[in-house]
Amino acid sequence: MIYLQLFLSFFKIGLFGFGGGLAILSLIQHEVLAYGWMSEKEFVDIVAISQVTPGPIGINCATYVGYTATQSVWGSVLATGAMILPSLVIMLVLCKVYLVLSTRFADNVYFQNTLRYLRFAVLGLIAAAALLLITPATFIDHWSIILFGAVFVLTILPQLIHGKRPTTKRALATLSHPILLISLAGIAGYLIYR
Amino acid sequence: MLLQLFWTYLKVGTFTLGGGYAMLPLIQREVVDYRRWIDETEFLNMIALAQAAPGLIAVNSAIFIGYQVGARHVPTGWQDSRWVGLYPLLAVAAAVLGAVLPSFVIILAIAMVFSAYSDMPAIEAVMKGVRPAVVALIAAPLLRMTLKANSPKPFREGGVLLLSWSLVSALLIWLAGVSPVYIIVVTIVLALAVTALGERRRSKQ
Repeated sequence: MIYLQLFLSFFKIGLFGFGGGLAILSLIQHEVLAYGWMSEKEFVDIVAISQVTPGPIGINCATYVGYTATQSVWGSVLATGAMILPSLVIMLVLCKVYLVLSTRFADNVYFQNTLRYLRFAVLGLIAAAALLLITPATFIDHWSIILFGAVFVLTILPQLIHGKRPTTKRALATLSHPILLISLAGIAGYLIYR
Repeated sequence: MLLQLFWTYLKVGTFTLGGGYAMLPLIQREVVDYRRWIDETEFLNMIALAQAAPGLIAVNSAIFIGYQVGARHVPTGWQDSRWVGLYPLLAVAAAVLGAVLPSFVIILAIAMVFSAYSDMPAIEAVMKGVRPAVVALIAAPLLRMTLKANSPKPFREGGVLLLSWSLVSALLIWLAGVSPVYIIVVTIVLALAVTALGERRRSKQ
């Protein structure tokens, strides 16, 4: 039964997952919490691990959720496969169309507008994903808020500095790498809470 | 050819940290510059298609490139065979498997180990520091994405209205527990309807 739910959920996630990894995160989060496959805390841990390991975040998340929900490798296979399946069908149809007509999808006004609208919807999805994770389980004391603020500022800082100082910008871009920031936050967490 | 596709995507999948967008330059170097399977223009078309279709960009690009390469480079042994139409599908399978396998194996190993040790006080202390950082990493790209969603016409042609739709959908998901799936469906219907109305008005003039 749980395998069927897992398949349907991740099929849905694959089918409606527009706009890349972070937007898909929002869909995974909704399904995972709705079925009670894991707590918010566990979900955040998975996102953290997905960010510091190689490969697309969506695949990492699906594999992890599949394993945790069933405690079996087959759960991972099923969740990851179910998420890829809609892409496979839709992309193959698009490839066929592309090969036969060599159409420029990009020039179609319906296509372009839908993409534009979806970009805005994805903003909402990601904002909601972040808001849903601000809970007593993830923000336990003032240190949490300080760490949140520090990582937030370090991530947006390189985007705010424009061209004038390439060296500063490059240094900041290196410092704002998600893997480095997560590692630093982990070290900080160990020092504060051990 | 199948092995080359698998190997290329295995490399790309193993050595990219940070998701699909980080993969694109690597894929370009391997597939366009080194293997010369497709050219620059096709690569750009591929990105447009991979972004437009649902699912992960890395996987979508593997499907596209697997199909193109498979359709063009059918080995001689296959050309007269009845199964010649299947070759592109095998190429797709090889590319997708290569893209997915590294993440899958690494994450599975971590999932097995982490679930056994997550109760350790030291691990829990580390994760207490990591959790708020992860929330910040999800929230921070919103600024850049807002600007990008508004380009090339900043806050015009309904940009402000669309931004309020972003806000409304965030609130609906956050406070009312609406599934993001409905937001996506409504957005697509809305986009098609608004475009159809605009086109009709234009044709009347």
